[in-house]
Amino acid sequence: MTLLASKPAPLVRPPERAPYWTMRRRDELAGWLMVAPQLVGIVAFVIVPLGLVVWYSLHEWNVLAGTFDFVGGANFEQLASDPRLGPALRATGLFSVGLVVLNLSLALFLAVLLNQKLRGTVVFRTLFFSPVVVTLVAWTIVWGFLLQDNGGINGFLDLIGLDGPNWLRGESTAMISVIVVQLFKGVGLNMVLFLAALQGVPAELYEAARIDGASAWARFRRVTVPLISPTILLTSILTVVGSLQVFAQIAVLTQGGPGTSTTVLVYYLYQQAFQFHHFGYGATISLLLFVIVLALTVLQWRMRRKWVFHES
Amino acid sequence: MSRKLKLLVYGVLLVCCVPFVFPTWWMATTSLKPVNEIFAFPPRLWPRDVTFDAYRQVFALQPFGQQYLNSLYIAVLVTVGTLVVSSLAGYAFARIPFRGSGVVFVVVLAGLLVPNEVTIIPLYRMFDGLGLVNTHWPLILIPVLGAPSVLATFIMRQFFITLPRELEEAGRVDGLGRFGLFWQVSLPLAKPAIGAVSIFTFLHSWNLFLEPIVFLSSKDKFTIPQALTQYVDAYGGALWNVQLAAATLSALPVLVIFVLAQRQFVEGLAQTGLKG
Repeated sequence: MTLLASKPAPLVRPPERAPYWTMRRRDELAGWLMVAPQLVGIVAFVIVPLGLVVWYSLHEWNVLAGTFDFVGGANFEQLASDPRLGPALRATGLFSVGLVVLNLSLALFLAVLLNQKLRGTVVFRTLFFSPVVVTLVAWTIVWGFLLQDNGGINGFLDLIGLDGPNWLRGESTAMISVIVVQLFKGVGLNMVLFLAALQGVPAELYEAARIDGASAWARFRRVTVPLISPTILLTSILTVVGSLQVFAQIAVLTQGGPGTSTTVLVYYLYQQAFQFHHFGYGATISLLLFVIVLALTVLQWRMRRKWVFHES
Repeated sequence: MSRKLKLLVYGVLLVCCVPFVFPTWWMATTSLKPVNEIFAFPPRLWPRDVTFDAYRQVFALQPFGQQYLNSLYIAVLVTVGTLVVSSLAGYAFARIPFRGSGVVFVVVLAGLLVPNEVTIIPLYRMFDGLGLVNTHWPLILIPVLGAPSVLATFIMRQFFITLPRELEEAGRVDGLGRFGLFWQVSLPLAKPAIGAVSIFTFLHSWNLFLEPIVFLSSKDKFTIPQALTQYVDAYGGALWNVQLAAATLSALPVLVIFVLAQRQFVEGLAQTGLKG
């Protein structure tokens, strides 16, 4: 990727000193100047804070009492024996796995439907995508309203003779509700990315498969999935990382309840740091969250060699 | 495709639409219902008596106009700032062979792996130390310079990589310097990427929830998402019709703009090299 000037070099060099500011040096300077804001920002707002998280996690920090004492690994020992850690990890895992699996499969299903040569698909595409642009908290509030015991959803269920539960107050239904709210909010984004990928699959490949007598399912498995696998990888990474960041939905819908059934790691971190003012302990939870994000991303990136298909 | 199959696909699409469309419909119509009608059974798709009382309360209970403006100006500033930072950096990574660019790119990409939720405690302490808690600065600076702008830089870079080299070489012949090439040759061609980044960034800022509740404490400084959750009665119970009216006010303008510009929206998104 070198961009050399296309001027041919003169055959006879005039006997003068070469200027200091050669094209290469200018490019060097321009490149550094252009990435400077982003680089300075990342150092100041990502790398330094990450270092501070590690530093804080080694201290017992009581904001209200104004104490900041080095305690070494005590926070980590406390976290390892915290009775609330298990449930928080379980809730995080349930939420992430549930959301990612449902989101990717529904997004792909809708994309395949919209990719058929049918009239009016643009209208459906707009409708499916519309929740993406609805204010997150607004979307959450209206679902919170619908999911009340006497809310809209149970009202409609009642009409067809079903008795709906109090969705947000039941241990098992609360988690399902939070996943579903987030699913319909964000699935349109992945759907659009899949749709773009599907439209890039050459039609002659399907033709060839059809001539070979492959069924529709075999064509999907053997042609479509391999060819859009780079997009599947990208959307899965983005969706996994996004699922670990979910906070507003929990705060608005369930406040981590009932019990601690929807207290995911981010929400627990928020409670420890900003409700109980345990900044040192909160930082320890932050580190755990970071390690999880890192591990899952690396894992997915590793897996790409296995199943992401590249046209060579 | 046979007629039967077509009908089946349409049927499936229609059924699938319900959970995507109905909540927005319910939000808007409930905000027009009188209080005694919002939990009526059987549920009504359209209010029997339309009233704008909830909308009056939205503005009476909180400085909602101010909060709306806060959200708007912050989102605009964040979008413009992110475009500047990410287009410059994305361009340099894609087109300029400078020493150390590979290392710097890896450092920047690391930002994708550190969500703000991980660093919120030190960020809070840092801004607290600077005396900037309960101001809008953290809500502007963190997205523009911190982790959220990394995805924007990545999208920009993916786009700039696809531009043919001949364009810039022609610009060189015309005597343009590096910034000239960026500003006059490459950036004008990057409209789809700029569009996608703007949409992403605006929505991200518009939806921000954790940062405002951590950093802001006075009602006139609140942004919309935080304000929405504050419409409660003396017992902390939600004033549903007021919350939904405020929610409708926050969602409808963006929704209308999206429907009008949905082509650029969706296609810009699809063309941005996010194809993996």
